[in-house]
Amino acid sequence: MSDTQWPVWEVFIQASPGISHKHAGSVHAPDAEMALQNARDVYSRRSEGMNIWVVPANAITASSPEDQGSFFEPSNDKPYRHPTFYKIPEGVKYL
Amino acid sequence: MNLQEAKFEYLLRLGDSSLIIGHRLSEWCGHGPILEEDLAIINIALDFVGNTTELLKYAGQVEGKGRDEDELAYMRDEREFRNLLITEQPNGDYAYTIARQFLFDTYMFFLYEGLKSSKDETIAAIAAKSHKEITYHLRHTTEWMYRLGDGTEESHERMQNAVNDLWMFTAEMFDMDAVDTLLVKEGIAPDLNKIKVDWETRVKEVFADATLQMPTTTFKQKGSREGKHSEHLGFLLAEMQYVHRAHPGAKW
Repeated sequence: MSDTQWPVWEVFIQASPGISHKHAGSVHAPDAEMALQNARDVYSRRSEGMNIWVVPANAITASSPEDQGSFFEPSNDKPYRHPTFYKIPEGVKYL
Repeated sequence: MNLQEAKFEYLLRLGDSSLIIGHRLSEWCGHGPILEEDLAIINIALDFVGNTTELLKYAGQVEGKGRDEDELAYMRDEREFRNLLITEQPNGDYAYTIARQFLFDTYMFFLYEGLKSSKDETIAAIAAKSHKEITYHLRHTTEWMYRLGDGTEESHERMQNAVNDLWMFTAEMFDMDAVDTLLVKEGIAPDLNKIKVDWETRVKEVFADATLQMPTTTFKQKGSREGKHSEHLGFLLAEMQYVHRAHPGAKW
């Protein structure tokens, strides 16, 4: 069945200054301005954010499930890549 | 008429317009053209209801007869309402709702901008809060004006018909009577003649960008200042006030 709705936009919301935008969900909209407004109305009604990005969903390139083995498994036996051997100085946030 | 009476009357005009347009928009709940727009229009409706609560609460205090915002909203009859006629017009199709909202939002935008510097501190505080909301409402409805006006042949025709139909209700927004004159003199309310100039300029700009013709209607339907309404308000109030009147003093 073909989708007769407007294009899908992925919504990313920044909750406070200095931290990264987080995926909040998606909206339908005919263009960027309406996508931004729809995102504001759907995802920021309860003071969730201070900045919104909207990205056309078809502009996102995703890895496929078959890639899982070659993409991610090689790092499973390399624990030295984790920053768990360091002490994080006090006052460092959002790591 | 003394200052207190004028202020009460003025607060009813502001509060009733917000209440009735808010109720009209709330009728779209669950019926919006798409889910996202359904939420958007209901957010706007909620902003108006919140704004009403503050205005009518203050109106009750100014009146000094012990009426609170609920009593003013739910226990008055049609002829006691002072909302602008444009706010009570039925929703029609979405072009009609957007046209009504755009014409009213533009008016609200400039009116509340003026009210922010009211010498009445409570009114100034309510206006400062509401103006942020209105700024967003106007942005939203303006974008829809462009998209429907400059959209397909059908959307253009529907939008042009909507603005033509509604145009006769816009003149009374700028009527100044004894209440306005007194409050302008006291620095409590802005001069509607100035707001009219800003309103016309903005409406013309948006119509031009939305490829809409300025309506040529010269007939002006007025009456809200005296509580003379179109036939639609009675039905709206019957629905809006029913529960409160059927269960007076109910709490939940």
